[in-house]
Amino acid sequence: MLGLGAKDTRLFLIVIGLTLFAPFLLNPFPADSSLAQFNAGYPDLMQRFVIFGIFAIGFNILFGLTGYLSFGHAAFLGVGSYAGVWMMKLLTMNVVPAILMSVIFAGLFSLLVGWISLRRSGIYFSILTLAFAQMSFALAYSVLTPITNGETGLQLALDDPRVLGVSRTEAGSIPLTHFFGLEMRDGFDWTIGGWVFTFNVGYYLSALVMVAAFYVSIRIFRSPFGMMLKAVKSNQQRMLYTGLNPRPYTLAAFVISGMYAGLAGGLMVAMDPLAGAERMQWTASGEVVLMTILGGAGTLIGPVLGAGLIKYFENIFSKINSNVLHQWFGFLPDGLEDALVFVVYPFVGKGWHLTLGIVFMLVVIFLPGGLVEGGQRIGRLFRRGRSSSSKHERTAATPSSHAAE
Amino acid sequence: MSKLTFTRRGLMKTTAAVGAGLAMPHLFIRGANAFTNEPGSGSVTLGFNVPQSGPYADEGADELRAYMLAVEHLNGEGDGGMLSTFSSKALEGAGILGRKVEYVTGDTQTKSDAARASAKSMIEKDGAIMITGGSSSGVAVAVQALCQEAGVIFMAGLTHSNDTTGKDRKANGFRHFFNSYMSGAALAPVLENAYGTDRKAYHLTADYNWGYTTEEAIRTATEAMGWETVEAVKTPLAQTDFSSYIAPVAQSDADVLVLNHYGGNMVNSLTNAVQFGLRDRMVNGKNFEIIVPLYSRLMAKGAGENVKGIFGSTNWHWTLQDEGSRAFVRSFGTKYGFPPSQAAHTCYVQTLLYADAVQRAGSFNPCAVVEALEGYEFDGLGNGPTLYRAEDHQCFKDVLVVRGKENPESEFDLLEVVEVTPVEQVTYPPDHPQFAGGQLGVCNPGA
Repeated sequence: MLGLGAKDTRLFLIVIGLTLFAPFLLNPFPADSSLAQFNAGYPDLMQRFVIFGIFAIGFNILFGLTGYLSFGHAAFLGVGSYAGVWMMKLLTMNVVPAILMSVIFAGLFSLLVGWISLRRSGIYFSILTLAFAQMSFALAYSVLTPITNGETGLQLALDDPRVLGVSRTEAGSIPLTHFFGLEMRDGFDWTIGGWVFTFNVGYYLSALVMVAAFYVSIRIFRSPFGMMLKAVKSNQQRMLYTGLNPRPYTLAAFVISGMYAGLAGGLMVAMDPLAGAERMQWTASGEVVLMTILGGAGTLIGPVLGAGLIKYFENIFSKINSNVLHQWFGFLPDGLEDALVFVVYPFVGKGWHLTLGIVFMLVVIFLPGGLVEGGQRIGRLFRRGRSSSSKHERTAATPSSHAAE
Repeated sequence: MSKLTFTRRGLMKTTAAVGAGLAMPHLFIRGANAFTNEPGSGSVTLGFNVPQSGPYADEGADELRAYMLAVEHLNGEGDGGMLSTFSSKALEGAGILGRKVEYVTGDTQTKSDAARASAKSMIEKDGAIMITGGSSSGVAVAVQALCQEAGVIFMAGLTHSNDTTGKDRKANGFRHFFNSYMSGAALAPVLENAYGTDRKAYHLTADYNWGYTTEEAIRTATEAMGWETVEAVKTPLAQTDFSSYIAPVAQSDADVLVLNHYGGNMVNSLTNAVQFGLRDRMVNGKNFEIIVPLYSRLMAKGAGENVKGIFGSTNWHWTLQDEGSRAFVRSFGTKYGFPPSQAAHTCYVQTLLYADAVQRAGSFNPCAVVEALEGYEFDGLGNGPTLYRAEDHQCFKDVLVVRGKENPESEFDLLEVVEVTPVEQVTYPPDHPQFAGGQLGVCNPGA
């Protein structure tokens, strides 16, 4: 289907299914139960899942295929966000021009950064990109305050021009972001029994974009261009000896992944029209590296899974406070309850980084191929149980690392 | 690119899938509630969004303690704290409008993005009807804008920048804390008395929104009484070693150093300044002085010995002897074993004010709450008679000028109140140049 092989088609359909039914999948617990704490099916987080999924997919085109580790991708996300908010301030609250402009600006900026940084490879390349990102962060945070509004973050105001839209609604407030009239905030709750499922316009728009981004990424992976990028990763010297110049290919990959980051930034401000300088900080750049490695670098779906896991930890685990813990363990005798809370508390709430760190270590040590490898191992376990023969499947499931999906 | 082949069956399948996807949005309808997160009959959820990590984590932890205390008192547990001294008697310790008060917490990380994500999850997932907290003006402004858009009330915690109720004011947002302008207006006369009218000031300013407005406020106030501003240098917020910024101060002919820093920044820059021997210097025949516009007990604790004799302003201090302050310090001290900070005080008061406004309005509807709070005058919450001004949702009350104590009696007794600046002296018109350009807009009940 759509020029994809059978295996890719299956993967693509799985991704479509997951995004389409995310409101159900992410809300497995009834709203009143004590496990509702773990529900992630509210609009903001669902949007974050797919937007950071896009970000990680784009990063993976560079890192997974060419092996160039960029530590400055958050800068492109930030540039995209600022461009998007300025479109909403100047032109219209429709998200389409904002997103387009985000992609264009991030593309141009990544062309500049890539053109300079790609003169070096390996660790020097990483440091150059990191330096650029920190520079952009510092600029956005203070020097360029008239454009970026500094630490507060760029936001909409009642007296923005909005040439093609309205500066303020009839009721007197700032208009909401919309897609040809469909407001991003719109949606409805569907209550069945104790379950509440939230469907949100903004989420489905982002999900649609992510599915498209995922499709483009599969096509790039399977194209001759993708092969070239893999060649850059496996042995750049040999590629040079055969008379091929890798620079244009790596630069193209860099710009494409920068545009993906810009797309993510544009979607972020489309969902929530504020661009803060922090999203350009090096920690944000590091986060996307973590996402990609956690999910499985070089695999198609890995980065999306990694993005989902990290955002889940950040938003769900960080909100478990001692009060919630006491509720959970309330049925136990007092002494035991306090002891358990004492043990668990450092790992939740503000200690969510700690839990994430442990998960990351376990994944890197035991599943070098990331979550995707974990999935493959489980899959192999079941397959072995069903039919012990089938040499073909065993080769397919070999953890031949980075090129396997 | 690899080949793109369309089969009839494939095309039909794809068309069907895409069509189904596009048809989805047309089914969407708006919720049936009158306003966002209308609470049920049993309980109501408040969202406490404070920094639990980052440079203001200390303040955040103290804010959270105050919020939990406020919830206790609203639900009729504990000794009731300031409920008994509050001029309004609408609250009876039976929750808000008969509903038990519950709360959720989140970590702002002192970043606008993270704070908004946390507030959004409180609104969308936990059904919070009011968001409060923040220990940085950037965060407060960002979350306030979000609450305006989402249709819930925002009760600002510790935020001192003029912009929160100036350029970036919002109809759904309210601030009890004082601001940079008030600091300048309160400090200027005290400084004039202590240091005279012929001084040369050197500013070190934290390079972000709050730093700018504070520098502007102090400059305007001191220049009006005859001081000269020699130089104003911006320092990065993440800076921990200020020696390279302090050395040039000693080279200049300035005889006063104004540190527009807060939290860990101020602790480090003040320590550096004292280490460089600035305070022992004589310039232009006068003793060199240091001023810290915004003081807090937690900062004084961090800077230790160095704060002795240094002037600053503060919103509230635990040694105040009015009934409200004493009741609050007593119940906070009983529960946690040490006195509350000004951040804790303002957060506690904001929670009570919100609950009281809902009770008086008889509704959780944000627009009814806004109406109940606008132009509301109250007393007994530790700052004397206070007005919530309708034009910009800023509280007007007395401002304290404090000085680092020379002989502290305990580890908490670090500041002494030099003067209580009366409210008239710190009041300004809503369209004052330092606050111009903002518009409240209209209240948004969401839904």
